[in-house]
Amino acid sequence: MSIDQSTAAKVAKLARIKVEDDALPALASEFNTILGFIEQLNEVDVDGVEPMVSVTPMRLKRRKDEVTDGNQQDKVLANAPDAREGFFAVPKVVE
Amino acid sequence: MLDLTYEMPKPKTIAGAKHDWELVIGMEVHAQVSSNAKLFSGASTKFGAEPNSNVAFVDAAMPGMLPVINEFCVEQAVRTGLGLKADINLKSAFDRKNYFYPDLPQGYQISQLYHPIVGEGEVLVEMGDGTARMVRIERIHMEQDAGKSIHDMDPHMSFVDLNRTGVCLMEIVSRPDIRGPEEAAAYIAKLRQIMRYLGTCDGNMQNGNLRADVNVSICMPGAYEKYQETQDFSHLGTRCEIKNMNSMRFIQQAIEVEARRQIAIVEAGGKVEQETRLYDPDKGETRSMRSKEEAHDYRYFPDPDLLPLEIEQAWVDDIAAHLPELPDDKKARFISEFGLTDYDASVLTAEVESAAYFEEVAQGRNGKLAANWVINELFGRLKKEDHDITDSPVSPAQLGGIIDLISSDAISGKIAKDLFEIVYTEGGDPAQIVEDRGMKQVTDTGAIEAALDEIIAANPAQVEKAKVNPKLAGWFVGQVMKATGGKANPKAVNDLVSKKLSS
Repeated sequence: MSIDQSTAAKVAKLARIKVEDDALPALASEFNTILGFIEQLNEVDVDGVEPMVSVTPMRLKRRKDEVTDGNQQDKVLANAPDAREGFFAVPKVVE
Repeated sequence: MLDLTYEMPKPKTIAGAKHDWELVIGMEVHAQVSSNAKLFSGASTKFGAEPNSNVAFVDAAMPGMLPVINEFCVEQAVRTGLGLKADINLKSAFDRKNYFYPDLPQGYQISQLYHPIVGEGEVLVEMGDGTARMVRIERIHMEQDAGKSIHDMDPHMSFVDLNRTGVCLMEIVSRPDIRGPEEAAAYIAKLRQIMRYLGTCDGNMQNGNLRADVNVSICMPGAYEKYQETQDFSHLGTRCEIKNMNSMRFIQQAIEVEARRQIAIVEAGGKVEQETRLYDPDKGETRSMRSKEEAHDYRYFPDPDLLPLEIEQAWVDDIAAHLPELPDDKKARFISEFGLTDYDASVLTAEVESAAYFEEVAQGRNGKLAANWVINELFGRLKKEDHDITDSPVSPAQLGGIIDLISSDAISGKIAKDLFEIVYTEGGDPAQIVEDRGMKQVTDTGAIEAALDEIIAANPAQVEKAKVNPKLAGWFVGQVMKATGGKANPKAVNDLVSKKLSS
């Protein structure tokens, strides 16, 4: 698999990262290097090997169904560029 | 336990130019899990709070915050799976579904694409006419809800409230086994009923706690049967997904409208394109959400913040052992234990609260009589005032008391209705009311006879007519009832009247 410039541009757009056109060739080439490495990894036969998700045997930590958080509207909104009447205010998005 | 057998309903058909078309429908139902706290944070799930007050930093996706799963939400998903007779996966895992939208601050929704917690199950959907459809469930997975965007508070801005962000949803995915708009509505109603029995989702569609994406396609008669035989989707038409509907009425309308749109395309020689669409109830049409198509490149990958979710069989068994009685089982039991009709049992088990109420009334009493009173008198009266069974002014004990008075012949059926009205509006102990207000039925034949003799003596002409035409005896019965203030036992009056008139 090889990444061309238009694929690189699409990935950037999906991730909402602004990339100037003249930066695309370098980006596509970097992607290809990464994918090349992954292809190399793919050569290892892992049939029947369970994916390792943690280096130590751990159980997913659980919480109880108790309300322990919230009621901090001011803090939640503190970093918002614009907030009104308790809401985040963002440029109009409507389908 | 359940040995009710049903015929399969006929699929809905829509007449085309050359032949009829059949509908094929699959649904993704999003049900909000009933819990105190959110799926991965300790913020409250309470509806209607001040905007952005039920928000933890995890929900707001502040840097460095990590999700910790709410064990009760897992339990609720397992319970729902068991209620739908589905396989429970002891190992499931969470994935990130990536997309950008202002009400999704993480930039991804934590969901379970590859390893859902619940596998295949089934739901029996009765259509109320003796037919029922078995709808297969493909899977149920847990995921986070998004926030709420409000677009009409300002001409240039959208307002975002994250209170809902991170609340646990169950997405219940069906196979394309639903064959018409009515079946689709009945399917949701059945899911809602089961989850309300289980206490896993309150089923409030108005608040958006239960909503559905509906996949609709059309096919020629006979094609669906080929699909069922082979499970090969190529026998079916191309489907379109109508997104995010939270009204039974709109779901039915949308399915019909969408099917007709597809038929028109195919009959004009065109091809239906697979896409997501929105239903506009004002215009009565579905329209493409193609603008969002790019946003649907979700780039799923396993969430590195969360280890796989492993649960123990013993824990699942424990939940299974404590499942409440499910609607189908309760209905079957009401039919066999209380001798109810299929219809009455359906009405009484529709809501878990109604079933509990009825059962309390029926306990140790005539089940059919209890069912009649609960359905005809109580439900009728409650409906008139837009009351719910949960705020019924008449308690099961009071209604039971009224029924006891009927069963012991202490009051007539007519007086019972008056008594019910008194209990409904004024409250009080039925037996005491009957005593205090002299509503007791007169079964003393002497008293009835005296009243009848008086009437006969005063109306000799009527007596002669009635002797020729026995149908006129009813007039005497009416007069006696009137004279006794409706308290005379109707059977005793009937017997006496026919005896006196024939002598």
